Amino acid sequence: MAAGAASGGSATTDTYKEARTWLLLPAWVTLSILVLAPVIMMLIYSFLTKEFRGGVIWEFSLAAYDQFFFDRGLFGDDPPKIEWTYVTIFWRSIWQAGAATLLSLVIGFPTAYFIATRSENMRPVWVFLITIPYWVNLLIRTVSMKFLLRDQGPLNDFLMSIGLIDSPLHIVNTNFAVQLGLFYSYLPFMVLPIYAAVERYNFALSEAAADLYASKWTTLRRVLLPAIKPGVFAGCILVFVPSMGSFLAPDLLGGAKNFMIGSLIEEQFKGNAGNWPFGAAASMILLSMVLIILMFSARQQAKADKAGG
Amino acid sequence: MTSKQFDIKTYTGFKGITLLCLVILYAPLVVVTIYSFNASQSLTNWEGVSLRWYADVFTGPESAKFKTAAKNSFIIAIIAATTATTIATLAATGMVRGGKFRFRTVSFGLISLPLMVPEIVLAVATLIFFNSIGFERGLLTILLAHIAFCIPFAYLPISARMQGIEDSYEQAALDLYATKRQAFTKILLPLMMPGIISGFLLAFIVSLDDFIITNFVKGAGVETLPTAIFGSVKQGIKPNIMAISTMLLSVSIVMVTISYFVSKSDNTK
Repeated sequence: MAAGAASGGSATTDTYKEARTWLLLPAWVTLSILVLAPVIMMLIYSFLTKEFRGGVIWEFSLAAYDQFFFDRGLFGDDPPKIEWTYVTIFWRSIWQAGAATLLSLVIGFPTAYFIATRSENMRPVWVFLITIPYWVNLLIRTVSMKFLLRDQGPLNDFLMSIGLIDSPLHIVNTNFAVQLGLFYSYLPFMVLPIYAAVERYNFALSEAAADLYASKWTTLRRVLLPAIKPGVFAGCILVFVPSMGSFLAPDLLGGAKNFMIGSLIEEQFKGNAGNWPFGAAASMILLSMVLIILMFSARQQAKADKAGG
Repeated sequence: MTSKQFDIKTYTGFKGITLLCLVILYAPLVVVTIYSFNASQSLTNWEGVSLRWYADVFTGPESAKFKTAAKNSFIIAIIAATTATTIATLAATGMVRGGKFRFRTVSFGLISLPLMVPEIVLAVATLIFFNSIGFERGLLTILLAHIAFCIPFAYLPISARMQGIEDSYEQAALDLYATKRQAFTKILLPLMMPGIISGFLLAFIVSLDDFIITNFVKGAGVETLPTAIFGSVKQGIKPNIMAISTMLLSVSIVMVTISYFVSKSDNTK
C-alpha cells in the first residue's frame, strides 16, 4: 500500500527537499512517543510479573504467556495441561470475524459492483451514501442496532404486525447479533476497495467473454472475479482485522456467552481480573496475528501488482 | 463508458442487494432518531411526538454529567484535530514534496501505524505507557492519545490532495524570486485548503467518536460523550440516550457532508 500510494502521485517533487527533516520531525516525534514507544512498552509489560490490584512488578516472567496457553491447576504446581479457555476465546473471535467478513462480502460485493457500474456523476453520490453511516459514532451505531433488534424492538414489532412471525425473534445476545453488529461496523471497508477495483476493470473483457458465448455468471466468475481479486482480498482484510479485536459489538450485542478477545483484554485492565501482564500478552498475541495477516496481504498485493504488470 | 451493451454489466438482484444494503445501514439510525421524539416514558410504546427527552438531556437529572462530557469531547476534538492536521500537513509536504529519501517507506509506515494496530491494542499500549512513565491519567492523556491516532486520518486526504496538485504553480512563484517559505504559504497552502479542511473534519469526527482508547486512558471521573453514553447504556437504553445519540449523529453527518462538498468543490477550480 505504501509504495503504491507514494509512486502513484505524479506530482511527487523535491521542492522542499532541504526542509524535509523539519517538516517530518513533528510527525516522527509524536508518533514515536505516543504509538511506537507504547507498543514497545506493552511488549515489555507482557514479560513482567503481575501486581495484585493492577500494575506490575519489574521482574522478568513468562507467567502471562504461560497462563494463556497452559493450565497448571489452582496452586500452579500441577503438571501443565493445555489451557483451552483463552484459545477458545481467540478461536471464537476469528470465527465471528470470519462470519462478519463473509456477510459483508455477500452484501458488499453486489453493492460495490452496482455502484461502480453507475454513471460517472452518480458514483460519488452512491459512495457518499454508503460511507455516511461509517462516520457516525460506532457506539451510537451499535446501541441503535441493539435497540432495533431487541425482543420488544421495532424490528420484531414490524415483523409481528405484518404477520411474518408470531413471537419475537431472539436476536440480541446471540452470535448472529455480534456478526450483524460487526458487519454493520465495517461494511464500507468491504465496499470501497471492491468498488475501486471494479471501476478500473475493463468491461471489454466481459464483452469478449460474452461474444464467446460465456454466460453472464460464468463471465462474472471466470473473467471479472480474477481481475478484481486484489480489491476483494483487500476488502476482506479490512473487515476481518478490526472485527477480530472489536469490543463494542460483542460487549453490547453479544452478552456474556459470546466473549471475544476485546472483552478479555478490557477485563484485565478494567474489571476485577486486573492482570496487566496477561492483558499485555493477550494484546501482543492479537497484534502479532494482525501483523502476520497484514504482511501476508502485502505479499499477495505485491504478487498481484507484478502479475498485473 | 465505451460499452453500449448495458446488459453485460447488469446482474439481476444486484440492485436489490444494494438497496437492502442501504436499508440495513440506515434503518438503525432512522429508528433511533424517530424514537428520540417519542413522548412515552417507555421505549416500546409510541405515544406521539414530543421533545421531552431533548429537554431531559439539557435539564434532566443527568444533564450536568452530559454537559461536562460534551464540553470535554468538543475541547479535545478541536485541539486534537487542529494539532493532528498541522502535523499531518507538514508531514505530507515532506513526503510528497520532499523528493526521494531513505526513510520514506518507514515514515509512511509510522504515519499509518495507528490504522494498522487494532484499536484495543493501541488503547492498552497507551495506558501502559502513561502508567509506566508515571503520567497521571486525565484530560491531557486523552488529548495526547487522540492527537496520535488522528494524524493518519488527517494525513490521507491531505497527501491525496497534494499529489493532485502540479508543482508548476510553486515553480512559477520560485522563478519570480519567491522564497521557498513564500511558495509554501502563499501558493501551496491555499491550493491545499480543501484537502486540509476535509482532513481536519475527519480528524475531528474520529476524535469525537472515539470510545475504546478514551475509555482506557481517561482518569477516574473524567468523561467524554461516548464514555458517558456507554456508562448509561450499561444500565439499559433510556430515551434520553436516544436524544443525545440523535444530536451526536447529526453533528457527524453534517461534518462529513461539509467535508464531502469541500473536497468536491475544488474540482471546479
